[in-house]
Amino acid sequence: MGMTITEKIIAAHAQKEKVIPGELVQVKIDLALANDITAPLSIKELEKQKIDRIFDPDKVVLVADHNTPCKDIASAQNVKLMRDFARKYGISHFFEGGKAGIEHVLLPEEGLIAPGDLVIGADSHTCTYGALGAFSTGMGSTDIAASWVLGETWLRVPESILFLYEGKRKPFVTGKDLILFTIGKIGVDGARYCAMEFRGSVISELSLDERFTMANMAVEAGAKNGIMEADSKVLNYVSGRTSHLSRVYQSDPDAQWREIIEIDVSSLEPQVAFPHLPSNTHSVYSIPKIEIDQVVIGSCTNGRMEDLRMAAQVLKGREVNPRVRLLIFPGTPSVLKQAEKEGLLRIFLEAGGIIAPPSCGPCLGGHLGVLAEGEKCVSTTNRNFLGRMGHVKSEVYLANPYVAASSAVAGYIAAPDQI
Amino acid sequence: MILRGRAHKFGDNINTDYIISGKYKFKTLDMNELAKHVMEDIDPHFYEKVKPGDFIVAGKNFGCGSSREQAPRALSAAGIRGILAQSFARIFFRNAINCGLAALECDTSLIEDGDELEIDLLTGKIVDHSQGIEIKAQPLPPVMVDILREGGLVEYFKKYGSFQGVRK
Repeated sequence: MGMTITEKIIAAHAQKEKVIPGELVQVKIDLALANDITAPLSIKELEKQKIDRIFDPDKVVLVADHNTPCKDIASAQNVKLMRDFARKYGISHFFEGGKAGIEHVLLPEEGLIAPGDLVIGADSHTCTYGALGAFSTGMGSTDIAASWVLGETWLRVPESILFLYEGKRKPFVTGKDLILFTIGKIGVDGARYCAMEFRGSVISELSLDERFTMANMAVEAGAKNGIMEADSKVLNYVSGRTSHLSRVYQSDPDAQWREIIEIDVSSLEPQVAFPHLPSNTHSVYSIPKIEIDQVVIGSCTNGRMEDLRMAAQVLKGREVNPRVRLLIFPGTPSVLKQAEKEGLLRIFLEAGGIIAPPSCGPCLGGHLGVLAEGEKCVSTTNRNFLGRMGHVKSEVYLANPYVAASSAVAGYIAAPDQI
Repeated sequence: MILRGRAHKFGDNINTDYIISGKYKFKTLDMNELAKHVMEDIDPHFYEKVKPGDFIVAGKNFGCGSSREQAPRALSAAGIRGILAQSFARIFFRNAINCGLAALECDTSLIEDGDELEIDLLTGKIVDHSQGIEIKAQPLPPVMVDILREGGLVEYFKKYGSFQGVRK
């Protein structure tokens, strides 16, 4: 019986020939990250235990991206705690200030992830790196603290579900729409505890940025990880960035799947996930007129170059509707620089948008664009739970950057061909 | 390990934003402060209703969403001793056990809000005294029983020094 990509990566890190779903294994980790929300708790745990060793300072990554630039004294204290910890242990991958960006956009860009790696992070969207053919999953602060000391963690080998995407995509249908549609189809616990492997001609055609978007939202279906084969696009991306050895795996033809789900994308239209679950999806063409107050373009889901290019394509020569605040969060300093170079920032500014610093911003209701009672927001982020972006009576509609940008122009939720 | 307490009943897909809203997360190091806001967005008076030792009883996919460990820790600080659910989201489940908060999967459909419960953590036997019924929970993996028995991952780690306790 063969193995899936996920099983092969776990087996390699458990130094075993073979692993089977359900088995508990101890695995070596290639990287363990935490951010300014989760790292302070990890650091506090280590200090409480008077533990003063780190297994490998080069395999610990700390990113100050959630409540940064620090919004208040408490968040500044948290970043200071990370900074002091990084200095004490010689952790070179500590990102703050002008070096920091949204962690899951930043780490691949910095060459910290290679195909075949096993990465854990104190952030649920750590699953993003599956787009590079790595196994990556989110855990809590205490698990991450333990891994910083041991260089290992324990895992339950997940069952895998294979998603096959075939057909020809319609205009304005992106990786975001594929994943939203998939979550809508299987539900927010449809892949609970499982590995989601994405495959098919449609996936091969996707840009890497769109693949990151898909792997990023695997957790919204309850998955442990999302994963794709590392093809030539991936190998081109990592070459020159990373010093890690790329270990490229493919699932065996006789690998065991909990389920194989085939999706014909030919009739798929741009998706909008209504409040208050990412699975509450509708075609943008089938919804009533919903007037909005804010649009957010950015996040670990859609804060990359391709995303900004999609938005700029819509916003070029247009103006944001007077009732709407348009907030754009380039994912990292490099994305911001590239956007400047390509003239996208000018397009956004002339349209009346606000360019925000690389940060998670309002995605989790933190800062830089929190919603008031009754306000509605179209967002390229990943969660639309009740109260997620602010007031408990505010609403978040999830969509791709094309739809977000066109909605900003229209003042209501719309696709580019509706404005 | 026998636990006794009252049930506070919730539905499906209770996510970590409902357990502790992102807007309070910057207070990451003060669990007693966070505890005052647990479940606030879906039940504004929850904190006042909880008595030490109480349980949360929920439907499917409890704890979905963020990896924030503040969620189980704030529930513990609010006095919650354990959670019974039809199913759990994996990160929350692992975090709860790591924090010494019992989390058991079982059929919760017959338990009503306010029921008096008695739970044996090691055998997974649940007695609902108000309904006069007995429910059997899914057994936890051995490593999780060990972690829970020690009171959380930190205590486990102190004792074992590593995951030597991962048994098959």
